Amino acid sequence: MSRLQHTISAGLIAAVGLWVCWISYTQEPADAFLFPRMISSAFVLFALWTFGKAVLGMSKAGDGVSSKLILNMLPGLLVMGIYLFIAAKSLGFYTATAICFFVLLSLYDPAPHRAAATWVRRAIITAGFTAVMYGLFKLLLKVYTPRELFF
Amino acid sequence: FWLAIIGVTVIGSLGTNSVVKGLLSGCIGLWLATIGFDDILGAQRFIFHPALGGGVNIIPALIGLFAIPQVITMLSKGRQSEDIEVIEVKRHPLGDAVRDLTRRTRSLGIGTAIGSVIGLIPGVGGQIAGLVAYDQSKKFSSESERFGTGHPEGIIAAESANNAMVGPSLVPLLTLSIPGSPTAAVLLGGLLIHGIFPGTDLFDNHPRVAWTFINSMLIGQILMLVFGLYISGLAARVAQVPQSVMAAIVLGLALFGSYSVQSSMGDVYVMACLGIAMYFLERFGYSAAPLVLGLILGPIAEANFTQGALIADATVGRFEYFFSGGLNILLIVLGVASVGYSVFSEIRSRRGPGAEPAGGAAT
Repeated sequence: MSRLQHTISAGLIAAVGLWVCWISYTQEPADAFLFPRMISSAFVLFALWTFGKAVLGMSKAGDGVSSKLILNMLPGLLVMGIYLFIAAKSLGFYTATAICFFVLLSLYDPAPHRAAATWVRRAIITAGFTAVMYGLFKLLLKVYTPRELFF
Repeated sequence: FWLAIIGVTVIGSLGTNSVVKGLLSGCIGLWLATIGFDDILGAQRFIFHPALGGGVNIIPALIGLFAIPQVITMLSKGRQSEDIEVIEVKRHPLGDAVRDLTRRTRSLGIGTAIGSVIGLIPGVGGQIAGLVAYDQSKKFSSESERFGTGHPEGIIAAESANNAMVGPSLVPLLTLSIPGSPTAAVLLGGLLIHGIFPGTDLFDNHPRVAWTFINSMLIGQILMLVFGLYISGLAARVAQVPQSVMAAIVLGLALFGSYSVQSSMGDVYVMACLGIAMYFLERFGYSAAPLVLGLILGPIAEANFTQGALIADATVGRFEYFFSGGLNILLIVLGVASVGYSVFSEIRSRRGPGAEPAGGAAT
């Protein structure tokens, strides 16, 4: 993995540490931030140490991210983001789960897209999973989820 | 307070090739634990979004930190059919398993000893005990390169630690009234409802209740063996599920599981953000285990630190209160020794003939 990747990641963490430290030392009442001050000081110390090592090219742990990895995960991350942050609340959990499940399967299932049997199998798996979730959380555990759009 | 800090430092060497990154992960976990309202003054701390008003709930955080990175890892492999790992579930007679166990008493001993000791630390679960035991067993093993491929030594160490910590985890609850886990907190609540205070009161005035706890541990082990033998064959088949299906299933369960805790979308957002962040942290050598331990031990450490600071202000002063006395010195020395040992291990593993490649993960 390149030194640049290590430097960027360590730099971002150091920036978060400095920000947390700054908030801890400037916010009032001071007594409420006593423990966060201790923690954030150690946070910054270790983060700057890691950043320094990364800049000098001495940071080696981890595999980093490649462009192929990003290209592979990007569609899934987008679907996941839309599912968790938007669709689950606006469409309802079960509807969103069914759509997200089907889309993820369609994106990542290695079976050929042209075969009709593939789509039927995906639809059956999606329906089965959604039914299991409905039975488990709605009927058995009585979890009250946000209102569904379609039912 | 020092006990909690030791817990975080011990974990510094876990699951990462870098001690500093392990400790940094622990600090991030401790910081996450401070988000929300301060218990004593009621002041808002690091509440940047209404979802964080109640702090970071431990269960959605655990789901996010452990499940979501796995989902993203599965997705990052793309839709190539050769990436699908089909594991053939073979029959493994009980006699063979027992023979494996008797041949590898060192891993069994390491797992049992570590599980028993970690079980005594409030707030540390079987996950942590298993990871520490796995890590130590790997360090002492002559076949450390086989760890991560289903090597029996790793499985024996992790599983024996996981089981060994269950009994000792009740010790802080029954002797000091310190609930080390949500389950222990429920047990404490049950005892208090019946007017029983864990500690000397429990053992002096209600010995039958105390013995019920102890005996239930014994019965639990036997029942676990029976259920374990029955269910393990079925559970192994989960590995045969295609990764695209597994990723979608885990994602769905993560959503419902994190929402169900408090019926809050805030928990879902926290779970998702932590999970995505943890995936990228793992790619750069940071580990979830110290972060989780920091998150769990953070409230315990802060409560004891604040309590100690208040007592110290009224008596001998903070420095003397926290840095003097035999027990304080012992715990500080233990903490420093654990970090020192981790640093030494890291240097040795880099210089040694069996040094891991730069990108390799420890566990």
